[in-house]
Amino acid sequence: MGLFQKLKEGLGKTHSRLVHEIRRIVTGSPRLTGTTLEQLEAALLGADIGRAVTAQIVNSVKEAYESKGNQGADVLSIARDIVERSLSNHSTDLARAESGLTVVSVVGVNGTGKTTTCAKLAEYVKKRGQKPMLAACDTFRAAAIEQLKLWGQRLDVPVVAGTYNADPASVAHDAVTAAMARGADYLFVDTAGRLHTKNNLMQELQKVHRVMGKKLQGAPHEVLLVIDATTGMNALNQAREFHKAVSVTGLVITKLDGTSRGGMVVAIHKELALPVKFIGVGEQIDDLQPFNAADFASALFQV
Amino acid sequence: MFDSLTGKLQKVFRDLRGLGRISDSNIAEALREVRVALLDADVNFKVARDFVERVREKAIGQEVIQSIQPGQQVIKIIHDELVELLGAGNVQLNLGGTPSAILMIGLHGSGKTTTCGKLARILKKEGRAPMMVAADVYRPAAVDQLVTLGRKIDVPVVAKPGENDVLVIARDAIDFARANQRQVVIFDTAGRLHIDEPLVQELVRLRDAVKPTEILLVLDAATGQEAVNVATHFDKALGITGAVLTKLDGDARGGAALSFKAVVGKPIKLAGVGERLEDLEPFDPERMAQRILGMGDVVALVERAAETIDAQKALEMEERLRKGQFTLEDFLAQLRQMRKLGPLEELVGLLPGGAEIAKHADLSKGEKDFRRMEGIICAMTPQERRNPQILNARRRMRIAAGSGVKVSDVNALLHRFNQMQQMMKKMGKLQKMIAKFGGAPPPGMFPR
Repeated sequence: MGLFQKLKEGLGKTHSRLVHEIRRIVTGSPRLTGTTLEQLEAALLGADIGRAVTAQIVNSVKEAYESKGNQGADVLSIARDIVERSLSNHSTDLARAESGLTVVSVVGVNGTGKTTTCAKLAEYVKKRGQKPMLAACDTFRAAAIEQLKLWGQRLDVPVVAGTYNADPASVAHDAVTAAMARGADYLFVDTAGRLHTKNNLMQELQKVHRVMGKKLQGAPHEVLLVIDATTGMNALNQAREFHKAVSVTGLVITKLDGTSRGGMVVAIHKELALPVKFIGVGEQIDDLQPFNAADFASALFQV
Repeated sequence: MFDSLTGKLQKVFRDLRGLGRISDSNIAEALREVRVALLDADVNFKVARDFVERVREKAIGQEVIQSIQPGQQVIKIIHDELVELLGAGNVQLNLGGTPSAILMIGLHGSGKTTTCGKLARILKKEGRAPMMVAADVYRPAAVDQLVTLGRKIDVPVVAKPGENDVLVIARDAIDFARANQRQVVIFDTAGRLHIDEPLVQELVRLRDAVKPTEILLVLDAATGQEAVNVATHFDKALGITGAVLTKLDGDARGGAALSFKAVVGKPIKLAGVGERLEDLEPFDPERMAQRILGMGDVVALVERAAETIDAQKALEMEERLRKGQFTLEDFLAQLRQMRKLGPLEELVGLLPGGAEIAKHADLSKGEKDFRRMEGIICAMTPQERRNPQILNARRRMRIAAGSGVKVSDVNALLHRFNQMQQMMKKMGKLQKMIAKFGGAPPPGMFPR
């Protein structure tokens, strides 16, 4: 199955509802009145796209209608172009250290799917023929270590783990040492979920990164923030705070296979210019896809 | 956010005084601001629209009470309406039946397993005999997680690693509960999408098998517009009896609560407010309304203060303050009590508009200052603390060396202390005056 197909399938519920809604609005009243625009605004807001980008789309539609009349105002393609434009212009490939080990730290608030994403990422690089390793640095949540270890067994990927309540930074240190010794290409560090408002936990995360940086120059080379697609406007706060604390280099949007639209990606991108690198579109191990702005925008508006 | 909303509303209504009535034209702009505030709080756009409409109907025609500002009056209408919508008072869990079963359902990562543990802990504390059932057969190590939690709170857990049929587990669990006289059986189910028909059907079968008295939807407070779909789907399929709102310790405004209540009409029964097992509280609509509007959580602050501050000591200190006998020892005690309340940024976040302040100011620096001040006072002798006048240059140098700061830091602290003492004396006089006139402070609902 092609990437585009998979993405479309994952985003299926998103686009069908949004597109259906927009079609209904436009065909119901071809002459774009005030109410039509308001309905359009509501539909876009309902996709969590955020007020700023929604306003941008609505304004463009209005302008196009005023300058070119009915024919020029293809709402769907205007929306798609705006979303695509605001999402592209960044490389979305997984970072690679110039030589040797690349350390990827996976961070986020509780319950967004960090552990699963780590496993999926390991599988992703393994398929490319590179050698991944996993580090279980969530020493807080009950059974988080077991969860990652089970994934490691299933995928046949080595897992470095400590004990519960251990200092995550020491586990990270051991993991980097082990990964370098074994000549791994990638080390995916699964950190504990933490709310971005907890200063002490954010400092703990900074320490984990600092320790890894001391062990290996430039590590972590990639800091991926995992965001649950069902999250609303708070996703922006999450991204802002994590970025402030640990310089996020990319986003992973998970659970896009629900009815959620993942529209806040657009809002985050607009404010922080953080590229989306991967999206999770299902529970299977290969349901992690590299992000493609054009595909995402097309799948969202099905043009 | 609330501050900015209040500010905007006050601007809108500035000229309203003369008119005397809230009318159609002058409220339109205000309600637009309200709608934006609700959308920013992740309230579903349809729910927000209906809500604003209701507020409009209530607000129009109201006379502007002379004593308060019209902007605040509108806010009050909105606030009251929100509280009413979120459900008046708190609704207890229904624990009838022997044993009574509780199903925890929800999306992936909303916090079902953790909430199970927290709920079991509360029930046990209330003197009931709860048990938990690991019915999440999909996520790796989900069973281990529940077993670990059960061990921590000393509550039995029925788990059958390797068993894939939830119904088999459920039947065993009920048998276990009967045999061991457990009164409440809490089922931790796997996270699932509301549109995943086969998995939802599995829940339906589980429901029919155990006949639960409560089916609780566990909902992440940060959920966006989706909350409506999730709630309606699960409710249609299963007939949920209520919800648990989790991760309220973050800064999500929790508009999802309003969306849930508006479309499903079932009560929100519990609120998860932290990572520790003690962090589960009865849901409070009043506080939730203030949070959605961004009014801060003054109640939580007061509650926390009441928990940590020794009332007797506080009274003694107040007495001394009034008499102007405030010493460095009292200052130290106060500092320590403040720090016991929690990190500064968390405290400020509970104040109205505090979340905004916390965002802009670097409060961890304030925290550091507190620690430094504590250190300086600790380096003084008891005599010096009680009697700061004796602090000459030599003593100051010794204290600076002892606490690892510069003499100028010690001087700054003493200067600050002097200022405080002056202020306290003035305050004492003021309080006496107020007491004389018998004026109680105005109700603190709308500070500023």
